[in-house]
Parts: sequence; C-alpha cells; structure tokens
Amino acid sequence: MDHAGGFTRNGIRRGLKAAMAITLGLSPFGLVVGMTSDQVGLSLLETLLMSGLVFAGTSQLVALQLWSDPAPVLGATLACLVINLRLLPMGAALAPVLDRTRGLRLWGTLALLVDNAFALAIAELRAGRRDVGFLFGAGFGMWLNWMAMCAVGHLFGNALRLPAAHPVFFASTAAVLAILVQLWRGRADLQPWILAGAVALAVQGAGLGAPWPVLAGAFAGAGFGAWRDGRRQA
Amino acid sequence: MTLRWDVLAAIIGMALASYLCRAGGYAVLRVIRPPPFVQGMLQHLPGCIFVAFLAPALAAAGWPAMAAGAVVLLVQAALRRLALSILAGVAALWLLRLAGLG
Repeated sequence: MDHAGGFTRNGIRRGLKAAMAITLGLSPFGLVVGMTSDQVGLSLLETLLMSGLVFAGTSQLVALQLWSDPAPVLGATLACLVINLRLLPMGAALAPVLDRTRGLRLWGTLALLVDNAFALAIAELRAGRRDVGFLFGAGFGMWLNWMAMCAVGHLFGNALRLPAAHPVFFASTAAVLAILVQLWRGRADLQPWILAGAVALAVQGAGLGAPWPVLAGAFAGAGFGAWRDGRRQA
Repeated sequence: MTLRWDVLAAIIGMALASYLCRAGGYAVLRVIRPPPFVQGMLQHLPGCIFVAFLAPALAAAGWPAMAAGAVVLLVQAALRRLALSILAGVAALWLLRLAGLG
C-alpha cells in the first residue's frame, strides 16, 4: 500500500504548476526535435509516437541525426541507451520519494522521469515534501508541452525558419540554470560543483561526446563530495 | 499519416532503452542496499549532474551566453521565480546580440 501522502492529488497539481512555470524553458527544444523529425522524413504520426514514448530530447536528436532508410533500429536504440544513462542515477537519487508508492503509480511515474522534473522533485525532497504525485505532475506537464511543441515544430518548422543561434534556444539552458539555483544547499556544494564542471569540460576537450562529459563530471563531483563528507564524519 | 514498420521498430527500441535508464537505477537500489559512500554520492549527484551538463554547453556557446547565464543565476537567486529568470536570460542574450556583441 502507498504511504499516507505518498501520491496525492494536491501533489499532482503542484507538479503541473511547477512544469508550467518553466514552459518557456521547455518549448524551444520540442520545436527543434519536431523540425528535425520533419526534415529526416518522419510523418506527424511517427514523430508524435516517438516523442510520446521516448520523451528524451537529446537522445531523439542524436538518433534523428543518424536516421537512414530503412530506419536504424539498432543505432537509434543504442543512442537512447547511451545518452539516457544519466537518468540511472537520477532514479536512484529519488528513492526516498519513490519508496512511498508502488505498482503502476511507481513504475508509471518513472516512465515520465526527465531532467527538469528530476531537479524540481529533488528541490521538493530537500524542502521536506515526499509526494510522488509532484514528480508525476511535473513529468506529465512537461510531456504535454513536449508533445504540443513537437507537433508545432513538425507542422510549422519550415515556416518558422529560426536559425540555430536564435536567443530563444537559450531558454532551455536558462531553465536548467535557474533550477540549479534551487538545488544549491550552501558552501559545501561549491567544491563538488566546480570539480563536476571542470571534469566535464576536460572530457569534452578530450573529444568525447554525449553522455561522457556529463557522466564523468557528475560522478567525479559527487564522488569527491561523498569522500569529503565521509572524512568529516570520521 | 503514415506509420512504417521499420520506423515503429526503431521507436519501440528507443522507448525500451529509455525506460530501462529511467527505471533501472531505482530498480537496482530496491534490491541492493548501497554502501554509505554510494548513498553519499546520491546526495551530491543532482547538482553535479546539472553543472556537468551546463559547463560544456556554456563554454561552447561563448561569452554572451555565459553573461546571459549569469543574469539567470542572479535573477533566480534574488526573486526565486523560474519563469522570470528564464525570460531575463533570453532577453539578456537577445540584447547582447542586438548590440552586435557575440
């Protein structure tokens, strides 16, 4: 059985609202994926099916860039597996929240797990609220936005013709930056964060593509933080 | 409205791979009780993941994007309104480009 307050209607509502607040940050990426999908020749139905079931923009973009005729089943699957590896530690880090529900609510909510929803849910967890409904609401709100924007990008991409360097595409980076402020717990975060950024830059500089800069940076920073905390307690 | 079988197969493969990544980390954690060091890492991972994602992206985008990023951080730290911070960052970058910088 669910814990009391483990998955509430109120939580879903607050999650949806949190997703709405970053609409501007979410929308450009959906547009780009919809436009790219149109360019490689996928139909609207295929585009929406892919976006609805995969719901992971970066991996979809990479898969679409290596699209061919017939469709690259193995290549696209591997691209999703490798690029979405970063979601593995996210699900693990959300365990204190996820442990409070089970069954379809648990495994269905995990199907909607994306970076921004994860970050918002961690901020909730740190504020002392452990409602899986919030994670579901945030993820579902982002999914709705994602589907709408992919459709708009596919249908009107040619008419919009936004250059890749248009400032509006900065919105998705800005959304992650703003959420990062919410994840800041104080001075103790400074060293792990600097190390994470430095290692990510070094790995990228060494010529490795996604997801390796993110994974190497994240584990270097988090590993250092855990080691330092362990020494302080000892 | 076409749906080709090879495209459908690719989509299903992509969806299964993505779900494995979403659910896998938590599924493993339910079975195996992680040692304290791993639990400590999980506390630090959220912030570190996003910093490691942002640093290369901002470095590649150049200094106008970094300046706009600083605007986002300042507005968010001061006002704690996500929508406003995102808007401020996009506006800052737009103004910098308009001024012929970057």
